[in-house]
Amino acid sequence: MKDSHLETANLSRSFGPVEALRDVNLRILRGEFVAIVGPTGCGKTTLLSLFSGFDSPTSGRVTRGGRVRTVFQRDGLFPWLSCADNIALGLRGLSDSAARREQLQKLLDLIHLNGFADRYPHQLSGGMRQLVELARAIAGDSDILLMDEPFSALDYLSRLRMRGELIRLLHECPRTVVFVTHDIEEAAQLADRIIVFSERPGRIRSELSISVPKPRSPTDERVVETVRRILLEMGVESSSAL
Amino acid sequence: MASNRASPRSRWLPVAVLLAAVMLWCTLSALGLFHPSTFPSPWRVALGFGEEVRSGRLLDDTIVSLFRVGAGFGAAVLLGVPMGLALAHHVRLRSAFSPAIHFFRSLSPLAWIPFAILWFGIGDAPAIFLIFLASLFPLVMAAMVAVDGIPSVYFRVAYEHGITGWELIHRVTFPAILPQVITALRVTAGVAWLVVVAAEMVAGRAGLGFAIMDARNGLRTDLVVVGMIVIGVIGVIIDRLLTGLTRIPSVRWGYER
Repeated sequence: MKDSHLETANLSRSFGPVEALRDVNLRILRGEFVAIVGPTGCGKTTLLSLFSGFDSPTSGRVTRGGRVRTVFQRDGLFPWLSCADNIALGLRGLSDSAARREQLQKLLDLIHLNGFADRYPHQLSGGMRQLVELARAIAGDSDILLMDEPFSALDYLSRLRMRGELIRLLHECPRTVVFVTHDIEEAAQLADRIIVFSERPGRIRSELSISVPKPRSPTDERVVETVRRILLEMGVESSSAL
Repeated sequence: MASNRASPRSRWLPVAVLLAAVMLWCTLSALGLFHPSTFPSPWRVALGFGEEVRSGRLLDDTIVSLFRVGAGFGAAVLLGVPMGLALAHHVRLRSAFSPAIHFFRSLSPLAWIPFAILWFGIGDAPAIFLIFLASLFPLVMAAMVAVDGIPSVYFRVAYEHGITGWELIHRVTFPAILPQVITALRVTAGVAWLVVVAAEMVAGRAGLGFAIMDARNGLRTDLVVVGMIVIGVIGVIIDRLLTGLTRIPSVRWGYER
């Protein structure tokens, strides 16, 4: 049995009278790619804050088996640092400066943005910025990647391209991933396991697995079938309509 | 901002406006509509300028005024920006001091002139004191408001990368507010330069403001104009120098979104 990398036990979080999350029990295995989908306001972002430790639960607990980093929807890079310096932030854990330089170079090569090392985030396109942020998040000793709708600010074609890049990067540098998204197709294309959340208070409604090898095409019939199943679980699609 | 860049041809427009203004001035004084002592001619002003430069007074007065602004403004920056950061980070400190800061910010620094003279006499000290007061409160406010505007995502990134304490302030908070602080510096330096002239008129024995009052008392309106021109030109130069700060690569983002 594989060891669990990120685990929650009866996790609940309220903000005053508003209950954002109720009794979430999740067990995420090392190397697993878990997508979390659900309606707006189902506490997905709150869940990621709790995972990272930036926020504390009202009750219950989170057990982290490694270092956590988040990729945000937008503006997660420090705009006053160049791309290289932003990525180098992720390498702070390395004490040897030669190793840091070498790692930085490797990461820049990996995201094919070598020529942009000295550029600042505002000089890049949205997709490039997300790639730099991804590189920063997988840099160094991090091993759990939280992704908070990382591609939702991009146009559809860039989003497709970024999904491909993500799978490629994870192939090179395997990580445990928790991927929050509104985009059900994205979840079906990327994840090993999809957790469907209910409306506020956020609770796990159901979960389903998809074991198609990656990379997957969004039009692969097993991906499309998974989309249909998720929609059914969310109660958006009735089975008779299909 | 980028679209505001002047094309090579339109760069000459300000020069043309300046020339037109000088020509209008020449014409008006040549027409003799006003008495030369209430409306000095450009020629007399030019002669007065030469006289003041040769005697060394103009340079001395300029240095005195610049020193006062440098000292008062410099002290306000060194104290005001950290104060703004501290107030933004401590809720209780902020609620305790906020009304007082608003009060003093709304109070014209010139209202302090009587006390400045009573406490510090005549010379550098009262002028520096007034400039310090004029600059301090706007800078505290600007730094405080800028910290409030920092997206919380930056602090979360800092947390996940183990940036805490002093490092958080100088690697995240400070660079995040720097573009707004630079804008505040420009505005405040302009105010400080206005205040030094007023302060020297009342409580000075030297400086450009004193030079203007002195020239008026000696009925040398040409020298009043010399003082006015020098003050205006230096004001423009100070702003240009501070605008240069906005071209530092690590703050450009604050002006291009």
